[in-house]
Amino acid sequence: MNFAIVKLLGQRLLLALLSLLAVSVVVFAITSVLPGDAAQEQLGQDATPEALTALRAQMGLDVPAPTRYAHWLGGIVRGDLGTSSTTQMPVSELVASRLPNSLLLAAVTALFSVPIALAFGIASAMWKGSWFDRIASAGSVAVVSVPEFLVATLAVLIFAVKLHWLPALSYASDIESLGQMLKSFAMPVFSLCCVIIALMMRMTRAAVIDQLEAPYIEMVSLKGATPMRMVLVHALPNAVGPIANAIALSLSYLLGGVIIIETIFNYPGIAKLMVDGVSQRDMPLVQGCAMIFCIGYLVLVTLADVCGILANPRLRHR
Amino acid sequence: MKTHVSITPPLAAAKPVSPGYLARCRSSISWFGGFGWSGLIGLAILLFWIGAALFGSALLARLPALNSSVQIFGPISSAHWLGTDYLGRDMFIRVIDGASYTVGVAFIATLLASGIGTLLALFAAASGHWIDATLSRALDTVTSIPSKMFALIMVAGFGSSVSMLIATAAIIYIPGAYRIARSMAININALDYVTVARMRGEGTFYIMRREILPNIVGPMLADLGLRFVYIVLLLAGLSFLGLGVQPPAADWGSLVRENIGSLAGASAAVIAPALAIASLTIAVNLVIDNLPGRSLRKRGVK
Repeated sequence: MNFAIVKLLGQRLLLALLSLLAVSVVVFAITSVLPGDAAQEQLGQDATPEALTALRAQMGLDVPAPTRYAHWLGGIVRGDLGTSSTTQMPVSELVASRLPNSLLLAAVTALFSVPIALAFGIASAMWKGSWFDRIASAGSVAVVSVPEFLVATLAVLIFAVKLHWLPALSYASDIESLGQMLKSFAMPVFSLCCVIIALMMRMTRAAVIDQLEAPYIEMVSLKGATPMRMVLVHALPNAVGPIANAIALSLSYLLGGVIIIETIFNYPGIAKLMVDGVSQRDMPLVQGCAMIFCIGYLVLVTLADVCGILANPRLRHR
Repeated sequence: MKTHVSITPPLAAAKPVSPGYLARCRSSISWFGGFGWSGLIGLAILLFWIGAALFGSALLARLPALNSSVQIFGPISSAHWLGTDYLGRDMFIRVIDGASYTVGVAFIATLLASGIGTLLALFAAASGHWIDATLSRALDTVTSIPSKMFALIMVAGFGSSVSMLIATAAIIYIPGAYRIARSMAININALDYVTVARMRGEGTFYIMRREILPNIVGPMLADLGLRFVYIVLLLAGLSFLGLGVQPPAADWGSLVRENIGSLAGASAAVIAPALAIASLTIAVNLVIDNLPGRSLRKRGVK
């Protein structure tokens, strides 16, 4: 670890924190400043001025927006996300009951998709232009350019309706045995994996091909190394940075994909909680969930950057 | 530009940009030249959906016999080409009617996103330093919120009227268009003839419009196609969640949502609109892949 690299990492972290602050301003502005007076909306046009003033005071709308923002941000830093306006429960409690489910879904998806995507990506880079590469590439383009719910729908049609292996739309509420848990997990994980694998495979393939086109690889092949050795021993170590980057970026895609998948399979995760919050216009809940998603996203994106920096030998040995 | 930027992509450049993305964009507008069969198929599908969006509802209104049936989730038959939906309405008519929402809303949003993005990029490139830095930073903030999440927040704040959906999709995809257009505009801005124009005393607006814009129009049109695909997917996803186009109007995402109950029966009512979206987005991808600049590259001319 030298000074340059520490400085670069410090800059990245600072940038991530600044972005998070900016994101919190945007989230707060869109949900509670720009739409206008929430008290007016709740009471309707013909509310008495007294009732309006009372409700504003109760909702804390009688203080200026910057003060409200500071108060809200302070709450988030302390872990207090406010009170849900529909269920009257603390948002942090609601989130805490759902977050483990979502994290479990994400972890299981990552566990399956990362090794498969890496193997496919490296293989199709090795046999670039072969039938395997063409089918894999065409398949991944097809998967990323169709909506997630089509992937999920087709998965249900194949595995539940035609093959009867799994229940059509799983409801994870009544999990009693390990078998049931696996069954309710299988379909959401499969659908998410399809999309993530397609994305990650394409990026991995591009990273490895990038290395295989470098002059030193020509030297390696002139030296008489087998293609397997050329890729695994020579090209792969140099592609670790971009590949780690690709993994982190693909996993950050999970945060968006999970919204659709949790809804279609009725999975009790945090994305479903947020979608319900949006349709009931429960602002504190939406704000809390949005901030959690944005934090997760920024962590993954920053992690991708950090992997890129740490894996760059030109920076390590400067 | 700071030195570290060249080593790793900046935080904002972190959204997955597909490999060959710039290669796709690097193509001119002289269409049809290098179209292979896949490009022609894509073009045919695309033209069909554009036609359906423009004239479909008017043509189908002349066929009242098709309109309804007593059977819910009816099978594909000669009377109902795609079966019937959860209220017994003809699914073919619903899909054609939905085309004007899916294609139309996404197209307007795409035009706005690419137009505003390009305009801001030209402005940033032509006026230089602090305006460029401020604009780039401000738009980076939008990219550090995942696109679906941003859409959900916007819907929570402002509801989901059609104009709001267009604005939301446009805002989400402006930064992407801006980043691509800016990277090209910055390069062109550094060329000699732009310097000459500046020495001649031309204003910022003239340089944006006459010196830089003509050179980035081609790639930006290809980028427009990809942005259209993203926006179609985003809006379909929102409608699928019940937060996009509101009933009684329905785009293809809402049609999938309405009829999801028939999934266990493998009815055409849920599969048809989902496949319609897939056919549209894949068709646009095929057309972009066959744009001449790319096929010339494949043949090794360029």
